[in-house]
Amino acid sequence: MKKVYLDNSATTRVSQEVLDAMLPFFTETYGNPSSLHTMGQEASAAVQKAREQVARAIGADAEEIIFTSCGTEADNLALVGTAYANRKKGNHIITSSIEHPAILRTCEFLEKEGFRVTYLPVDRYGMVSPADVEAAIRPETTLISVMAVNNEIGTIQPVREIGRIAKEHNVYFHSDAVQAVGKVPINVKKDDIDMLSLSGHKIHAPKGVGALYVKKGTRIQALIHGGGQERNMKSGTENVPGIVGLGQACEAAIRDFDKNTAHMKRLRDKLIEGLLKIDRVRLNGHPTIRSPNNVNVSFSFIEGESLVLFLDMSGIEASTGSACSSKNLKASHVLLACGLPPEEAHGSLRLTNCAFNTEDEIDYVLETLPGIVDRLRAMSPLYKEAARTTT
Amino acid sequence: MYSPKVMQHFSNPQNVGEISDADGVGEVGNPVCGDMMTIYIKVKDNVITDIKFKTFGCAAAIATSSIITTMAKGMTLEDAEKIGRKDVADELGGLPPQKMHCSNLAADGLKLAIENYRRKLQGLPPKSGVTSGEER
Ligand code: FES
Repeated sequence: MKKVYLDNSATTRVSQEVLDAMLPFFTETYGNPSSLHTMGQEASAAVQKAREQVARAIGADAEEIIFTSCGTEADNLALVGTAYANRKKGNHIITSSIEHPAILRTCEFLEKEGFRVTYLPVDRYGMVSPADVEAAIRPETTLISVMAVNNEIGTIQPVREIGRIAKEHNVYFHSDAVQAVGKVPINVKKDDIDMLSLSGHKIHAPKGVGALYVKKGTRIQALIHGGGQERNMKSGTENVPGIVGLGQACEAAIRDFDKNTAHMKRLRDKLIEGLLKIDRVRLNGHPTIRSPNNVNVSFSFIEGESLVLFLDMSGIEASTGSACSSKNLKASHVLLACGLPPEEAHGSLRLTNCAFNTEDEIDYVLETLPGIVDRLRAMSPLYKEAARTTT
Repeated sequence: MYSPKVMQHFSNPQNVGEISDADGVGEVGNPVCGDMMTIYIKVKDNVITDIKFKTFGCAAAIATSSIITTMAKGMTLEDAEKIGRKDVADELGGLPPQKMHCSNLAADGLKLAIENYRRKLQGLPPKSGVTSGEER
């Protein structure tokens, strides 16, 4: 059976060049970067090289990069770290209602700690309005956190405008750019970003490594204490192979940016065009201002989990905004925030490509999917009623 | 996450469809997850002679609808009524905890179909149901 992996926003495969860069650091240069001996210093140099590679990808300076264990840890450090460190200045944070749980759950935690959080709404395309951001700023606001690209629907946020507003009001601006690096241009200087989170496994590096960019001079407090690694901001022995992999992945993402994004866009548009031919389907997210790799559609009258499982039986790996399989049965908070009725939000399907996907694979999806949709609709009590009302 | 039996019933569901001259119809929905199910029965001499379903929902909802129809076929109304959600789940080789409410939907749908059959005999209008999805 053909295998088509279209869940690259969940995780990507490690690329050969990243793997090749990492391998020596498992068995040959396996020193602890804190050790004074030669192998330790070689490992330390490799970490430093990776720091430069990551910094270059986002327009930062190497000293401004803190390696973490993942994007979630980077988000936690950014939010909790600045909230605590700037408590004297104020206790108010602004974020959006469609952030990743790494931000939303952390904000809930901070609310329990006595902080106040404003969750900004989004328009039907999942876009935050810079005017709303500005209106929400109060004297006690210390931080604005808005993601660069939404993980579910791919909408690209107006990060540069938000950054400018934050700067004008002397408020820190953090952006979760886990889904943005390698897909949309992002530059912390031009975009006035004070903190930015990124993650290795979304860009063909392994799982278990991420980074937080923290602009020089930002008041932030560490969450993990110990040996003082990463400028005291993230103690613990460095994951050297992972960090090397992240560095290499960032270098590749920037080097191949034009070629890769053009390819992803081509696949995305082909998929969208084909899917929109199916009856009663809608594209979620912004029609044009969206990540080159993201397709998110809702099929009326059917539910996402069933769709994803049937696709899997045909070798197509995708994902759904329906939270049916999780404890919380509510539909995706992102789609609901965009104003979708719950039954539509439950029927969403996310297909996210990467530079390794091919046109052939997209053809296969377009051949396979309509039959599955028909099959599920034939089972659905809602479909018949709808057919009755429209004919 | 799902047992092989769930996957089997999900990918190859039994008794999908509707019965246009059904004797009883049970329509239930879970407002939290948004899933919905309709069960149709034909009854003869107090026995369920035919049963069909339509479901909008997750794999567990489809599998539980399918299995409950196979269980109930040939049963007396009294026995069919006694099928609880645990029986449905057991028959499927278990369901993940967050999916137990899906079996609720199937059991409630069948009960409602039977109730509506009885109401019909008495000339009463049919009821439709909402299941809470909560543990009971
Ligand atoms: S998740 Fe609600 S019926 Fe399955």
